[in-house]
Amino acid sequence: MTDQEKDGKKQPRDQEFNAARRRFFAKLGGVAVAGASGAAYAAWGGHTLSDTFADFFQKHYRQMTPDEVNDTIERIKRKAQKRYGVDIECADTPAIDGVVFGYALNISKCRGYRDCVHACVEENNLGSDTQYIRVIEMDEGSSNLHAGDHYYDPATVPMEGKYYLPVSCMQCDDPPCVKACPIEATWMEPDGIVVVDYDWCFGCRYCMTACPYQARHFNWGHPDLDPEKINKTTHYLGNRPRPRGVVEKCHFCVQRTRNGDQPACQEACPTGARVFGNLLDPNSEIRYILENKAVFRLKEDLGTEPKFWYFRDA
Amino acid sequence: MPDAKPKNLWRFLRFTIGELFHGSPAYWLWVSFLALCVAAGCVAYYLQLRDGLVVTNMTNQVSWGFYISNFTFLVGVAAAAVMLVIPAYIFHRKDIKDVVLMGDTMAIVAVTMAIMFILVDLGRPDRIWHLIPGIGKFNFPQSMLAWDVVVLNGYLFLNFAISFYIVYNHYKMVDPKESHYFPIVILAIFWAISIHTVTAFLYSANSARPFWHNPLLAPRFIASAFASGPAIMAIGLQIIRQVSNYPISQSVIRHLSLVTVVALQVTIFFVGAELFTDFYNESEHGLSARYLFLGLDGHNALQPWIWTAVVLLLIAVTLLMIHPTRNHPWTMNIAFVLTIIGVWIEKGMGLIIPAYVPTPLGEIYEYMPSMTEIVISIGILGFGLLMFTLLAKAALPIQCEFLRATPDNIEDGKLCEPDQAKAT
Repeated sequence: MTDQEKDGKKQPRDQEFNAARRRFFAKLGGVAVAGASGAAYAAWGGHTLSDTFADFFQKHYRQMTPDEVNDTIERIKRKAQKRYGVDIECADTPAIDGVVFGYALNISKCRGYRDCVHACVEENNLGSDTQYIRVIEMDEGSSNLHAGDHYYDPATVPMEGKYYLPVSCMQCDDPPCVKACPIEATWMEPDGIVVVDYDWCFGCRYCMTACPYQARHFNWGHPDLDPEKINKTTHYLGNRPRPRGVVEKCHFCVQRTRNGDQPACQEACPTGARVFGNLLDPNSEIRYILENKAVFRLKEDLGTEPKFWYFRDA
Repeated sequence: MPDAKPKNLWRFLRFTIGELFHGSPAYWLWVSFLALCVAAGCVAYYLQLRDGLVVTNMTNQVSWGFYISNFTFLVGVAAAAVMLVIPAYIFHRKDIKDVVLMGDTMAIVAVTMAIMFILVDLGRPDRIWHLIPGIGKFNFPQSMLAWDVVVLNGYLFLNFAISFYIVYNHYKMVDPKESHYFPIVILAIFWAISIHTVTAFLYSANSARPFWHNPLLAPRFIASAFASGPAIMAIGLQIIRQVSNYPISQSVIRHLSLVTVVALQVTIFFVGAELFTDFYNESEHGLSARYLFLGLDGHNALQPWIWTAVVLLLIAVTLLMIHPTRNHPWTMNIAFVLTIIGVWIEKGMGLIIPAYVPTPLGEIYEYMPSMTEIVISIGILGFGLLMFTLLAKAALPIQCEFLRATPDNIEDGKLCEPDQAKAT
């Protein structure tokens, strides 16, 4: 909220500047299109000169005026159209007041089917080398992660003597990754979701080093999305197609949850192991679990205050 | 050579740049060889820019690799220049003061190379301007990486300022005013310690990585830096003495070998202290150390590296601890080379990679650099050596001229013989 207020105060001057900048880019764009449009196309990787310019000088998401956000979203749509041939929608729905999201997972119910993993991949337009959720097959009676199997065969689950531990971003309330980023490309939103501005991140990957949960993923190459399968309902801070060379992570399906829907992993879980909701709502199911179950958090000793709890049926 | 015309900045630049183009065939051969390395590095970097960091062997599991390893080593080398600066400016050792400029030059070159290793590691180097306060968003003082940007660039600037001031004054045949440069020298000394401390904090800050998350990391960094840096300087100074007529007293080399051996002893003690803590009551936090030294679940890619380093460092420290072998040019130089290689492994691959193996979720994923990473690194090394060669080439004639004019400045009375060694 404070950031928006700050932006509001700055707005008049910025708008003036941006109007001038837009006129400038519009002229450039006009020249590019009217002139040797073919040559310009090839030279800028299929983008117009003005888009390329605007991409390069694009501001940090939280410093943009609403007009600039809209311009940027239009460019994002054009880029998706050019690269994948699909028309996506890209929202920038803000956090809802009085909402902080939290997650709880019932280990007794998880059978290790990995339906959440695959639903997440589809929902969030993940490349084939990226999965936000990692389900670890653990030895019953042990919490030693190193002894767990990350690559168990899903055909054989659930195995006797094993339990299954799905791990994804914990949306820490004191996130070490946010502290680590030298350019504030990642931050915690008012609803508690840690997000990345994919157009601001410069790919130093220090956040990946800082994260105790292996929850951050880098686009080493260009994400290989199947145009047929692209989810066209996207969010600026969420599942919009990502560029190469930047970090991405679970964002609690911000494109769904800010509209009141459940995250894809929660919906996909066939055993009902996953509970997602508003931590500030005393009547929510997640609050009931936190208050009535013996919950624990992974690596709580590190003090990052995860907003992701595990529990078992007593 | 400087002539009777008034000496201004313009003439200074023209003289120094002109000096780069006068050299023996050996000089040109050396420069061409380095240029070739740089060219190879450029080609490899172009391919990396075109295809993305996917051409490296880094993964989401081991997300920092060879580039950051080399970066860490070079920050140490840069910091070690203080081992000449302190005796020269604080204790007024004449013999060292004569060569301290080469220490500053090495610091400039090492920091430049370190910064280049960061640049090639970035996924989006086109967005580097996001770091610039004001137009970007600089997460200072929160992010340790932001601190590192400040201290590295500051160190580069300080060393450049000092070197430039001194060389320019020598060019004008004026004694540099101590009141002018001394405060900057003092600042640079503290700054040198800070670059390595901050770089160590960059790693030790991560509670997610138990291998780094310990308070001994920064002292260990400083100790090994003061072993490898002086070793490199000692070898560099001896080479300069061979190929130019610049007088470098053997007492300087002796001083550097003493610093190296003390720092090596401290380094080995620190490593031993860490190993004891990791292995006596071994916990899950010790898995990285186990992986590094003994291998873990049949994975042992780094084992040959670290044991090589251990053996090299032990031989080096032994050679340097025994007086006859420390003072004999052959054994001394062998010890220097072993120190450099040993610390490069211990402080590079041996320090960076194990922090990622196993991952915080217990997975084991091994890493070795790809050909692209190696060629780009060779390119940066070539660039650094080229930069040092050219800076030295421009500065040495001025230094010689100045020293010749003021012979009392030279301790053992040796003079730069004009044009005598110019052929080599």
